[in-house]
Amino acid sequence: MGSQKRIAKELSELVESPPAGISVELADEANLYEWKVHMKGPEGSPYQGGVFLLKLSLPTAYPFKPPTVSFATKIYHPNVTNDEKGSMCLGMLRADEWKPSSKISAVLQFARQLLAEPMPDDAIEGRIAEQYRNDRQRYDEVAREWTRKHAAHQ
Amino acid sequence: MDSDDDFLSDVSSAGDFLDTQNSDDESLGDDFGDDLDTGFSDDKDLIKQKRKPYEVEFKVLNPLDIQREQDVQVDDVSAILGLPPESAAILLRFGRWKQEKLIEGYMEHPEETLEDAGLGTNFEGLAKTEKVADFMCEICCEEGPDLETFAMRCGHRFCVDCYRHYLAQKIKEEGEAARIECPGDNCHRIVDSKSLELLLADNNALQERYRTLLTRTYVDDKDNLRWCPAPNCEYAVDCAVKARDLRRIVPTVNCICKHEFCFGCSLNDHQPTPCTLVKMWLKKCEDDSETANWISANTKECPRCMSTIEKNGGCNHMTCRKCKHEFCWMCMGLWSEHGTSWYNCNRYEEKSGSDARSAQAKSRASLERYLHYYNRYANHEQSAKLDKDLYLKTEKKMTSLQSQSGLSWIEVQFLDTASQALQQCRQTLKWTYAFAFYLARNNLTEIFEDNQKDLEMAVESLSEMFEKPVPELAKLKVDILDKTAYCNKRRVILLSDTAENLKNGEWAFNVEW
Repeated sequence: MGSQKRIAKELSELVESPPAGISVELADEANLYEWKVHMKGPEGSPYQGGVFLLKLSLPTAYPFKPPTVSFATKIYHPNVTNDEKGSMCLGMLRADEWKPSSKISAVLQFARQLLAEPMPDDAIEGRIAEQYRNDRQRYDEVAREWTRKHAAHQ
Repeated sequence: MDSDDDFLSDVSSAGDFLDTQNSDDESLGDDFGDDLDTGFSDDKDLIKQKRKPYEVEFKVLNPLDIQREQDVQVDDVSAILGLPPESAAILLRFGRWKQEKLIEGYMEHPEETLEDAGLGTNFEGLAKTEKVADFMCEICCEEGPDLETFAMRCGHRFCVDCYRHYLAQKIKEEGEAARIECPGDNCHRIVDSKSLELLLADNNALQERYRTLLTRTYVDDKDNLRWCPAPNCEYAVDCAVKARDLRRIVPTVNCICKHEFCFGCSLNDHQPTPCTLVKMWLKKCEDDSETANWISANTKECPRCMSTIEKNGGCNHMTCRKCKHEFCWMCMGLWSEHGTSWYNCNRYEEKSGSDARSAQAKSRASLERYLHYYNRYANHEQSAKLDKDLYLKTEKKMTSLQSQSGLSWIEVQFLDTASQALQQCRQTLKWTYAFAFYLARNNLTEIFEDNQKDLEMAVESLSEMFEKPVPELAKLKVDILDKTAYCNKRRVILLSDTAENLKNGEWAFNVEW
């Protein structure tokens, strides 16, 4: 299967030379399609000091269909749903923007960049986006508080 | 509206589309429009008028016509700009087929225009698949010197299998055709039809689907084209009526498949009512709140058993049929407390009571007005269905009657003509009631109502003839023919009058739209 070869290649590249603040592993050694990602909160962001667990799922049609990424660790962020699912809206993960030659590495780096710089105009949580725009201090406080509570390094 | 008849004159000059100008002389649309009308009416003097005030010029395009229109424009642009046809097509789709504007933009900023359209500025080289040394496909990570590969002029090379898989997914699953980009990350180069045909050479079904999708985009992109909404119909209608004209005209068009629809909103013919009012009316009728409002204005609950009671006139002394409770309709109090003044509730005279009463009366009056129009609207809709059912039954009997009555198949066609006229007239009548609902009274409304009444009477009497037993129908042939012609004539008069006034802005409406 072409897709397995591609996934294995991406995985080994990511394990060998991981991007800053990101480490990946398979959730289950026997299954190439479910990944566990640990992401360090970027420095200078209210998520600093936290380590977030993300779930990355690859569809069987990967790389012709985009992966899905969600936060397993609760996070206070305008672009992540404030619920059990922790779904993200990343433009590049939309079916019509995804290209078969786009890479998981780029997706993960983009996701981490989003922690450093939220995109309130593309928000999935309007209330948090509102606060991010108008009361940055309060937003920072809550995000920091949530990071301490849910993403503190064990 | 700045000019009263710009939607008529626009048709022949057809705005900014060169292709429409070129093909305006094709007689298809004109001939066809006349054919349909003569099918319904024998009335000479009305048919003589070339186009009635409520008719618009249009033509019907079949899939080949639509393809040809695209090809003509592609060839034009290709010749003018010296681009390969498949690139000219991409450019045109990018510019929504506004040829002149596109060429102007290209002349000013050729490179930006090409880049924005997803073309790039390099037109060298033929599209071909090849084997390349030291190649690894970035999508599947397969490698080897025997791997057949393909790249567009942007140079992003992938193996042919992945390229095909990618195209198939875009076309089949996402229904995309006009804007399939290079599979390369962040590359916005559009896959041209030549590359696509090369890659999908052995997949005719997919190529066919691709072309269908492109044609769909073409019609959707052009303001002067609209698909016929009838199920499985492949035709599109070309009409120059613009969205801004819809306050002054109701552009009904007839497809070759016989479906009659509004070019402005794709709904079934709704003359004489303008699109916006039609939408308002349908919304209003859909809203069950009107029913609820009616109930609240016309009924009350029995104070004891809570059964809903409609006061059907008479005095205020109510006796609930269900629980026999006796109460006063006005104050809802016990009737026994009203003493001897049974005809008059004391509270009725109080200011609060009379205020409540006038509020209720007002609400009731507006509802009754609505119901007046709605009932007539719904009645014609229903009657049209019944007329049709009746006709279908009659048609069967007529077939058997042919031998008995000695009438030939051709001769019994008058029933078909009459039935179609009935359908069409009822459709018109139905919408006159929605129209009237929104009409504010002025000196023209009376003429409108007279026209409406005349058409309605004619229709009802034709409808009645239809109900006669089959053996009598043959004898009624002349009467039915006459009445059919008369109905059609009354319809033309009503629609012409309404359309003229609409065009000239003579109607006053009781709503903002």
